[in-house]
Amino acid sequence: MAEPISQVVASMPRARFVALMALFLGPAVAVYTLFSIYPLIATMGLSTYTSDSAGGFHFAGLANFVTLLTDSFWSKPFWNAAKNNLIFFCVHMAVQNPIGIALAGLLSLPGLKLKGLYRTIIFLPTMLSVVIVGFAWNLILSPLWGVAEGALKAVGLGSLFAPWLGLPSTALVTLALISVWQFVGIPLMLIYAALLNIPDELVDAARVDGLGHFRIFLHIKLPLVLPTIGLISILTFVGNFNAFDLIYSVKGALAGPNFASDILGTFFYRTFFGNQLQLGNPTMGAAVATVMFFIILAGVCLYLFLVQRRLRRYAF
Amino acid sequence: MVKQRFQIFGVHAILIAYCALALGPILLVVMNSFKTRNAIFGAPLAPPTATTFSLIGYMKVFNASHIGTYFMNSLIVTVVSMVLVLLFGAMAAWALTEYKFRGSTALALFLSIGIMVPIRLGSVAILTMMREADLNDTLTALILVYIAQGLPLSIFILSEFIQQIPRDLRDAARCDGVPETRIFFEVIAPLLRPAIATVAVFTIVPIWNDLWFPLILTSSDSTHTITLGVQQFLGQYITDWNSVLAALSMAILPVVAIYVVFSRQLISGLTAGAVK
Repeated sequence: MAEPISQVVASMPRARFVALMALFLGPAVAVYTLFSIYPLIATMGLSTYTSDSAGGFHFAGLANFVTLLTDSFWSKPFWNAAKNNLIFFCVHMAVQNPIGIALAGLLSLPGLKLKGLYRTIIFLPTMLSVVIVGFAWNLILSPLWGVAEGALKAVGLGSLFAPWLGLPSTALVTLALISVWQFVGIPLMLIYAALLNIPDELVDAARVDGLGHFRIFLHIKLPLVLPTIGLISILTFVGNFNAFDLIYSVKGALAGPNFASDILGTFFYRTFFGNQLQLGNPTMGAAVATVMFFIILAGVCLYLFLVQRRLRRYAF
Repeated sequence: MVKQRFQIFGVHAILIAYCALALGPILLVVMNSFKTRNAIFGAPLAPPTATTFSLIGYMKVFNASHIGTYFMNSLIVTVVSMVLVLLFGAMAAWALTEYKFRGSTALALFLSIGIMVPIRLGSVAILTMMREADLNDTLTALILVYIAQGLPLSIFILSEFIQQIPRDLRDAARCDGVPETRIFFEVIAPLLRPAIATVAVFTIVPIWNDLWFPLILTSSDSTHTITLGVQQFLGQYITDWNSVLAALSMAILPVVAIYVVFSRQLISGLTAGAVK
């Protein structure tokens, strides 16, 4: 099909077309390449060097990675952080996404009143800074203030209270749940948007067949939004394996108690920037960042090749 | 009919309960920031009354920190980044969707890497670069990084949006012999206004709330952003509950105010962006 656009553009002198593209694409490509792609590549490059006490860099091949994965001074905290990060992710997948999907299902019920207000309120915590949310929950869960304890006592569960953020056994899961509380709005919104896109005829047909709201949701709507569920899973994965702010602001760089809440983000920060216990090490930090990059890359590839392929996209 | 009523009541009960869970902690912090120390601990759930009302926490925050500077820094960084992300992003999105040339698909793919790969992982090299360019501890460094961070997703969102603009509009202008640059700036750019809300949710909020890059790239009080400033203030004054609650409230309230004013636009932008 002949389009006027191709004629006008095709009849343009080549030099002018190139200049036009440079004008439109130049700034974005330049800033993005210089401050996003180049640093990523340079960081990976740096991870193959070691630094000596004089500040000089020496090429060392994969020595940093061998050290990171096998020398117990490095490998113990690394595997601890990786394991904690996996738990952090699993809590999000098991709690945040089901709650988000369920709330989206309720909000998308036809004829529900006040849905705009509900949506606005439930999404509010997502807009706040992680630092603020972390501190606010730190205060609420603090035994000093006793708000959480009082709330549990009011419903007769006072004996269940413990300083969850302070105990090695519960700190990580508590932090994960705080993060869930904040970010439940994201799966909610994405699933809600996907549910709205389901053609009415499909739902009406099921209604005529006598299916209730719950079964319509479970058997008709949910399978149709599977691609979106795949999307929120990968977004959660990338977000979690890159998380840092919450742990840092609630527990500090040392991710206490006794590294019980240490995840890859805080481990990377400590390695790179240093802390009370060790000096910052840029080359080792670059190695940690490179490992994190490959973990995230593996997740994204798994999503693209496995999940995306299997889930047939519903054509509207 | 009775069963249906009962169901609807149940749905509202669940949603109201969840809203209480979402709003409760925020209300609790804001409410207690206006109370005296004794009242904060004595009756945390009670709203401030004439006898328990106190602004001591706010006064302390103003006196003990550079909160005004932090706020201005955040505002400058966020607004400048937002304007440039929108401008560069819209220009690139337009070029990639409107003109197909050899390598345009590859370029679009290259630009989308940043949607999934967090720029944070390049921090080691970013810090080195900024030090070498003498940009360490400046707002410029933050702005450059945030533009690079915000571009991929905004180009993606704006491309989706540009594709929905009817072809006739640009073609009519072309038939009149309007140059390509003017078609973009005078015909297309004004039509992108509704997409700004979507881009804002995905790029501006993370910039305002970011802790990582201010922590890595700024070291003096004069360049701290509000998120880092409040974080450090909270760390120092953790035992002074009045100040901590006041500082938290001061960080929460502007965001909540803006969110309430724009929530309809933000949410419709979010759902619109998510559909495609």
